[in-house]
Amino acid sequence: MQDTQDLKRIVIEPVTRVEGHGKVTILLDEQNRVKQARLHIVEFRGFERFIQGRPYWEAPVLVQRLCGICPVSHHLAAAKAMDMIVGVDTLTPTAEKMRRLMHYGQIFQSHALHFFHLASPDLLFGFDADVAIRNVIGVAAKHKDLAVQGVMMRKFGQEIIKATAGKKIHGTGAIPGGINKNLTIEERDSFLKDIDQMREWSRGAVKIAKDYTVENLEAIAPFGSFDSNHLSLIREDGAMDLYHGNLRAIDAQGNKIFDQVECTQYLDYIAEEVRDWSYMKFPFIKSIGPENGWYRVGPLARVNACDFIDTPEAEAARKEFMAVTDGKPNNLTMAYHWARMIEVLHSIEKMHELLEDADLQGTDLVVKGERRPEGIGLLEAPRGTLFHHYRVDENDQVTMANLIVSTTSNNEPMNRAVTKVAMDHISGKPEISEGLLNHIEVAIRAYDPCLSCATHALGKMPLVVRLVDAEGNEVAKKST
Amino acid sequence: MERKGNILLIGYGNPGRLDDGLGPALAAEVERWQHPGIHVDSDYQLTVEDAGDIAAYDIVIFADASVNGKEPYFLHPVEPKPALSFSSHSVEPEALMHMAHTLFDGQTRGYVLGIRGYEFNEFGERLSERAARNLERALQYIGLVLENPQLLDAPQDAA
Repeated sequence: MQDTQDLKRIVIEPVTRVEGHGKVTILLDEQNRVKQARLHIVEFRGFERFIQGRPYWEAPVLVQRLCGICPVSHHLAAAKAMDMIVGVDTLTPTAEKMRRLMHYGQIFQSHALHFFHLASPDLLFGFDADVAIRNVIGVAAKHKDLAVQGVMMRKFGQEIIKATAGKKIHGTGAIPGGINKNLTIEERDSFLKDIDQMREWSRGAVKIAKDYTVENLEAIAPFGSFDSNHLSLIREDGAMDLYHGNLRAIDAQGNKIFDQVECTQYLDYIAEEVRDWSYMKFPFIKSIGPENGWYRVGPLARVNACDFIDTPEAEAARKEFMAVTDGKPNNLTMAYHWARMIEVLHSIEKMHELLEDADLQGTDLVVKGERRPEGIGLLEAPRGTLFHHYRVDENDQVTMANLIVSTTSNNEPMNRAVTKVAMDHISGKPEISEGLLNHIEVAIRAYDPCLSCATHALGKMPLVVRLVDAEGNEVAKKST
Repeated sequence: MERKGNILLIGYGNPGRLDDGLGPALAAEVERWQHPGIHVDSDYQLTVEDAGDIAAYDIVIFADASVNGKEPYFLHPVEPKPALSFSSHSVEPEALMHMAHTLFDGQTRGYVLGIRGYEFNEFGERLSERAARNLERALQYIGLVLENPQLLDAPQDAA
């Protein structure tokens, strides 16, 4: 093995237009051939310690401090775990549906923001287009309608969250055993007024993502792509269910590795590997082992793993998606975008169903049960399966918290995508342009990682790319 | 968002990260005043959908914690400026103003109110003593602005 001390080093720090911050290091030899490429997470974990000693009922609110990107997902996953702690296995219809509405609002706004404002510059202008154009302002200048749609769809989802969680910061909607408010008629009608527009824009977003994928299939098929396992929650009848279900894992050909595994059993099926060069762990399927047991989560994994989607328009879109790979799992990294927009359509269909359901105006909000010492809550967050696991002592204090966030599950796939793109597009090139480096970021952005969430830390910096020679001297620096 | 008054105040930051919560803390206090001339919003960070709301107001004040700015606070105008790239973690006031003007045809004037904080690097729901004192001074200033919005364009001498 070659000593990495002798290699040239490219550092991309942080990766831009992802949710949070990361650093990519690419080691080149003297001929600019890629010898190693890694996505580093450079900050620390500390949240599990922070929550120890706190009363269990505070957890659904406290976990929202993890980061400002997907507080609702953490709020709901913690609330589901606390349902178990307070001995509740089934919520009232009003509580269950209010939580689902909140969750679909979160999925909708998160996916819309990612697609229209973070990913669309690459898709509309090309990976190596002039960086002065390949940005959200460029999108706004050339496709103002799309930029406005992205904003308004995001706003719709955020308003759903506000109405169900109570407020944007430190929402308190979900509580152990239920929910603390229902949806008023006025709130319902304000959302129904816009629902047709949101559905139309969602259909349009699916079409953009589908057309992009199909029309560029030859070029994007190999882009950062590789066969992988896929993991997601699944309803008992095999339907996609983003809020609740059992675990299913499939391999790259669609064979089931395990199916209908109850959330409480996750530790029997999933383990995490620590590597000395990364603060973020690497989860894997125990029965296969760390070498080949890593898996993808998120929209691509969910669309691949489910048997069907229980809303008609999203199901029709899923069938078109699966037809591209003859019904087998789609393992293309860039197909994440199409799958993500199918979920946007599914989410707005589900919100429409829920808003027309009178149970949302019900008044039976909370169920009580017999206290238990341990609670596990899983859900499908925008970026993938989210695990929350707590133990609580007889004084009602949290004694243990274990979280596996979506981006952690996608750690190995993202590293593989970075390596693949570096090998295919950078290796051996005499000069490394900004456009070439953006290829790396395009692959990472497809996963929509939340690196801040994964590391539980704050911080922001401009993009810095450094070229360092074999002696460690900086020979070039580029920042945006 | 239902418009109230002609000033929008957005206090942002993470209240679970000590002094990073200065912006939301300011927003919460101003909200309690129930002043008819100002609409108050609060969030973990600025996000793209704020652009539409901003466009509906004459004035927007972005209230944020400052890591190393002037004590007890500073105020400066925000010029619309396109951002080449951003994530939803880091939409800057300048980029939001640009979006408000170009996407939503707003004519809004923007100002950043940076309140000096000192402790950011751990989890905790409290303000440091010095940050809390700075918050009081910033609140006094917002009270004066509500009486006379032209103060926003006056030379700043907060200390």
